[in-house]
Amino acid sequence: MSNEHSPLWEVFVRARRGLSHTHVGSLHAPDAELALRNARDLYTRRQEGVSIWVVPAGAITASSPDEKDSFFDPAADKVYRHPTFYEVPDGVAHL
Amino acid sequence: MYGNDFSAPGDAPDDMPGAGLLGEVEAAEAELRAAAARERRGGPAPDEDLAAYFTEVVDAEQKIEPRDWMPEAYRRTLIRQIAQHAHSEIIGMQPEGNWISRAPSLKRKAILLAKVQDEAGHGLYLYAAAETLGISRDELVQLLLDGKQKYSSIFNYPTLTWADVGAIGWLVDGAAIVNQVPLCRCSYGPYARAMIRVCKEESFHQRQGYEILHTLAHGTPEQQAMAQDAVDRWWYPSLAMFGPPDGDSTHSTQSMAWKIKRFSNDDLRQRFVDMCVQQAEILGLRIPDDGLRWNEERRAYDYTQPDYDELMQVIKGNGPCNRERMAHRRAAHADGAWVREAAAAYAAKRADKREKVAA
Amino acid sequence: MNGPFAFALGLGDDALIAAQRLAEWTTRAPEMEEDIALANIALDQLGAARLLLSYAGELEAAGRDEDALAYLRDDREFLNALLVELPNGDFAVTMAKLFFLAAYQLPLYTALASCPDERLAAIGAKARKESAYHLDHGALWVRRLGDGTEESHRRMQDAVDHVWPYTHELFAADPAAPVDPAGLRAAFDETVGPVLAEATLTRPERGWAPTGGRKGVHTEHLSYLLAEMQVLHRAHPGAQW
Repeated sequence: MSNEHSPLWEVFVRARRGLSHTHVGSLHAPDAELALRNARDLYTRRQEGVSIWVVPAGAITASSPDEKDSFFDPAADKVYRHPTFYEVPDGVAHL
Repeated sequence: MYGNDFSAPGDAPDDMPGAGLLGEVEAAEAELRAAAARERRGGPAPDEDLAAYFTEVVDAEQKIEPRDWMPEAYRRTLIRQIAQHAHSEIIGMQPEGNWISRAPSLKRKAILLAKVQDEAGHGLYLYAAAETLGISRDELVQLLLDGKQKYSSIFNYPTLTWADVGAIGWLVDGAAIVNQVPLCRCSYGPYARAMIRVCKEESFHQRQGYEILHTLAHGTPEQQAMAQDAVDRWWYPSLAMFGPPDGDSTHSTQSMAWKIKRFSNDDLRQRFVDMCVQQAEILGLRIPDDGLRWNEERRAYDYTQPDYDELMQVIKGNGPCNRERMAHRRAAHADGAWVREAAAAYAAKRADKREKVAA
Repeated sequence: MNGPFAFALGLGDDALIAAQRLAEWTTRAPEMEEDIALANIALDQLGAARLLLSYAGELEAAGRDEDALAYLRDDREFLNALLVELPNGDFAVTMAKLFFLAAYQLPLYTALASCPDERLAAIGAKARKESAYHLDHGALWVRRLGDGTEESHRRMQDAVDHVWPYTHELFAADPAAPVDPAGLRAAFDETVGPVLAEATLTRPERGWAPTGGRKGVHTEHLSYLLAEMQVLHRAHPGAQW
């Protein structure tokens, strides 16, 4: 299911100083260096971030008691793909 | 610096469309957060009927998330729709990309390049949303290249003049936004979130198209003629973007029940026409429809339907540019194969080296 | 022509022609993510071109703005280095061009950022950050293609061999310029050498060194590029867009 040559990476962006990194989406890249560059180009085209993390999607272990895994077996603990595409909410600066 | 040349929302002429639609996108976003915040019981009980639980979640305007149980048909419908949407963004880069090299000013060149780049980004957001449904981007791209999945038929029309870039922005992006804004409230979470981001960026696209046409329509006689010609050619294909009339639409009823789709094809088409009439007046361009007139009773414009036989022909592959668009995409994919292989080989070598160091 | 006007014009033309070539990749890149990256770099170059050409127009004080300079000059009046006008070729050739150009533009813009001309200094300060990214991107692909597969290695080495002769022109001495390009060669060599080595590529011997771009004597390719770029603008004299 996952792309053999160009695996999936989850992208986390810190929108501004004072905020934590927030999941913004995912992308494909053959390695971490390219994943980071691609993340910059794809998710911060409008200067949405000051810091980016990329994490191989396969390296994330998930717990989601609210979800019934119907077709992602056997790795029920993997997040696989959870794109958020979500701009980091404003107004959460008072941490 | 990308997109700096787009006017800020506040700079747009008051008559510009989109302000209202952008408000709806923001409302959808607020709704998404509200739905997430709403109290609801936890997941389904171990012996609960999953189908009933799914329906309960959808009916309560909650979002379905990737690993929730969902009916197979819901999943298949979403994959088909999201993939078609993603393919449309990628193929849709071609007609406008056709004018980047010849854009008539450096400012227009920069705006157009940024716009076409945005479309690639939208394609990627959408492919990623489709991937949450258990299919890979490679598989989806292959389905496109094999002609087994479609893209919006509008991109099979040629861009013959610079004004076509304006007409695409105004009419094609305008129709796309009318279609897409309700998708921001789609029951499937990843698609709804992707669409919120896409719609926010799209509203700038429509503005740039409107601005191009406005400039041309107030320019030299040759420019005015170019603008009118473009509107004449793009009007009916844009109306056809909303799909066949409701009576003939195959997917509508079930999609509405699942809250993937919120309005019928004809409702959205009407909304688009009503929006365009005033905008065309301000542009000083004529909508090529002698039957266009206000219907006081319906509180809406009567208009001439597009040629749905032509739409069906284009969908079947017989539009002016179907073959070229597909050949172009296939060539880019094939020409890039050696680069993708090289990147994978390099990554594998590095991973090997790291393992050896670790061992 | 010489002096600040020609200097700004030459750099502006480098950036403009580089942008025009990079933008040709749109819809054609080997991967969709790369389509976006190349467009980003093209946008950076185009942005720098607009600043430099606008400033050149002001220095000239003959009423020419960025568009008059971009669209209404013939190829013999363009002062870009030959390297940027070379056709894109395959992805390896494009990456060789990008990498060498960025390895020149980064020290150039960095030096410019502290030159006495405030306008050029401001442009340099902005553009050098972008050049650093272009260099990073070019180097990243030169390493991957050079040390990837047998085919990619062959293509990358061919590309380096093909583009290398055109790098020498970038460093032709111009002692009167705000930044003398001759002084940038060492930085270029220090950047390029290790990347080529890491990419398992052979650095070409110094041999043929075509030149002429800064004097308006170009390859045959430029005229075609300009014909396409300028056709619409020239078809409607005086029109606003």
